[in-house]
Amino acid sequence: MDPQLPIKIILVAAVILVAALIVWPGRGARRVALRRLGTVALVLGAVAAIAFPEITGTIANFLGVGRGADLLLYGTVIAFVGFAFATRIEKRRVDAQITQIARAQAIASAHRPWEAERAA
Amino acid sequence: MVAGADNRDVWVVVPLFNEATVISEVIDGVLAVFPNVVCVDDGSTDGSAALAAAAGAVVVRHPLNLGQGAALQTGFEYAQLDPGMRYVVTLDSDGQHQVVDALALVERLRQGDLDAALGSRFLDDRTKPGVLKRIVLWLAIGFTNATTGVKLTDAHNGLRAFTRDAVAKVRITQNRMAHASEIVSLIGRHRLRVEEIPVHILYTDYSRAKGQSLWNSVNILVDLMLK
Repeated sequence: MDPQLPIKIILVAAVILVAALIVWPGRGARRVALRRLGTVALVLGAVAAIAFPEITGTIANFLGVGRGADLLLYGTVIAFVGFAFATRIEKRRVDAQITQIARAQAIASAHRPWEAERAA
Repeated sequence: MVAGADNRDVWVVVPLFNEATVISEVIDGVLAVFPNVVCVDDGSTDGSAALAAAAGAVVVRHPLNLGQGAALQTGFEYAQLDPGMRYVVTLDSDGQHQVVDALALVERLRQGDLDAALGSRFLDDRTKPGVLKRIVLWLAIGFTNATTGVKLTDAHNGLRAFTRDAVAKVRITQNRMAHASEIVSLIGRHRLRVEEIPVHILYTDYSRAKGQSLWNSVNILVDLMLK
């Protein structure tokens, strides 16, 4: 068996999960909750890795990765990709809001010839 | 047809971004046929908005540049405020469209059996695009036909006419160039009755220099996929 199979499965699953979270609209509350739970897990994991540096190596060996540092790098790449996509989605939302405000302002200050005709 | 003889029930929407060279001429030409013209100025920095206003168009000014799709939607929303509006025409500000063609689209809609009339430059051989442009447009129409279920010969033509009901349904959310595909997709989703009318696009050196490039088609594809 490919000794790196476990980490390959985990990384591919993580990429698919990131993609699913992006495509799956979901409701606001669930998305926010998932992000916060993810942050808590990240903090706990970071504390554990600092306090007991050997555990990253142990987990890495268990998953078929050479060193703990490699495992951290893989995790960082996945997290970065997820962050980049999440930021892109957020930017789209903000752009849509800016468009609505700009449009409303533009139309509000425009001349309306039909109103002048009616008044006359 | 007497009611519409003076075209007071038509609003011509002209998205405008830095076309100071030609905009006065374009507005003059349109006003000769259609009394209601709204120029949606998308943050021009070359005085285009003032020229359009001086030529007699109503100018709606975006406070910042949002894109051509956003400008069209702003024009649609403005036109819908006029209770007398029955038809909306979209026409590019660079002088490539002809007012007689716009009039033909409206006259077609006045027959009452359509929701939208779209200009097509490929129904006859008057328009002469270059080879590269032909390839870009061919790829674009292939993509649009495959993804929207509406069969057209020319989806990326800015000369279009809609009835009041249709324009309320075609709500553009693609601010940048992907709006052309989005309009076709909305036509498909709302099952609008649509017909293509042959029009003549004038490829002047001026419009050629500002037209769609192959790079832009890549951007459009990405815009459509990453909603």
